[in-house]
Amino acid sequence: MDEHANAHAAPREGAQRALRAGLVSYLIGLGLAVALTLASFWAAGTNLIWSPGVPIALAVLAIAQMGVHLVFFLHISSSPDNTNNILALAFGILIVSLVVAGSLWIMANLDANMLPMDQLMRMQR
Amino acid sequence: MTETTADLFDPGADETGGGQAGPASRAIIVSYGFWIFLLSDFVLFSGLFASYAVLSHRTAGGPGGRQIFDLSRVFLETACLLASSFCCGLMSLAVEAGRARATYAGAAVTFVLGAAFLALEISEFAGLVARGDGPSRSAFLSAFFTLVGTHGLHVTCGLVWLVVMMAQVASLGFRPKVVRRLRCFALFWHALDIVWVAIFTVVYLIGAR
Repeated sequence: MDEHANAHAAPREGAQRALRAGLVSYLIGLGLAVALTLASFWAAGTNLIWSPGVPIALAVLAIAQMGVHLVFFLHISSSPDNTNNILALAFGILIVSLVVAGSLWIMANLDANMLPMDQLMRMQR
Repeated sequence: MTETTADLFDPGADETGGGQAGPASRAIIVSYGFWIFLLSDFVLFSGLFASYAVLSHRTAGGPGGRQIFDLSRVFLETACLLASSFCCGLMSLAVEAGRARATYAGAAVTFVLGAAFLALEISEFAGLVARGDGPSRSAFLSAFFTLVGTHGLHVTCGLVWLVVMMAQVASLGFRPKVVRRLRCFALFWHALDIVWVAIFTVVYLIGAR
């Protein structure tokens, strides 16, 4: 997460190299993010994709873009200093998917089992 | 892998972790703690996303996403926030290089783009409320205002934080403490962009179909 932590201690040339490497990393991240964003907006408006498949395409593009942000902007990497960050991220993803998928599942199930509103109103009378 | 007594007394000595280097540096620990906070923030947003997804078709006779979402505005907002995030990254590089003037320049562009995003969002909200499609109109609009508004509040907090950090750079200089805080700010700002990716996909692009 802080690949330039030693930039101050390193000699000037090393600092320059770290700066350039950081810049290249941000530029790659920006390029990928822009491409994925444009692809998302294009996919939302096009007729070229089978229309029920569009939400899936959008979800895939969004997840890819989140990955790009994590790697190139938040500097989540496989370096040893990052092991704990990745473990925490994995746990966070687990909780987020449980909350979202669980809520949707439960509410869809309740919705399917609920009486239509007019019948419900009649029964309450 | 066989565990010798040496391994037990010096766990991770042959690993690439912090075994030989001793405890992790303050910078790594602070980033880790802040990362945990960010993940808890993602969990907060996951609850809001779940409620939005459940309520997104409960329009109570009011307008749906197709009627109220203006995708060109959303595209502009996305561009502002992404560019702001990129400038924040450039600012981080300037911080690590210890260049004050470049840091101020990066922070200024980051702030202006973030404020532009916020202005676009506020004008969208104001337009909806003026048309009578405020958060009290339907469950869909309540969930929409809560989710997008919470993100907007985060952006607002980020802008305030950025101003405070620039004041600290001006008064304290690049002390280790200040640099660590700036790193946390950068993490926060990039994380907000991740949440926005989810919002423009789930709320706007899928909702406008």
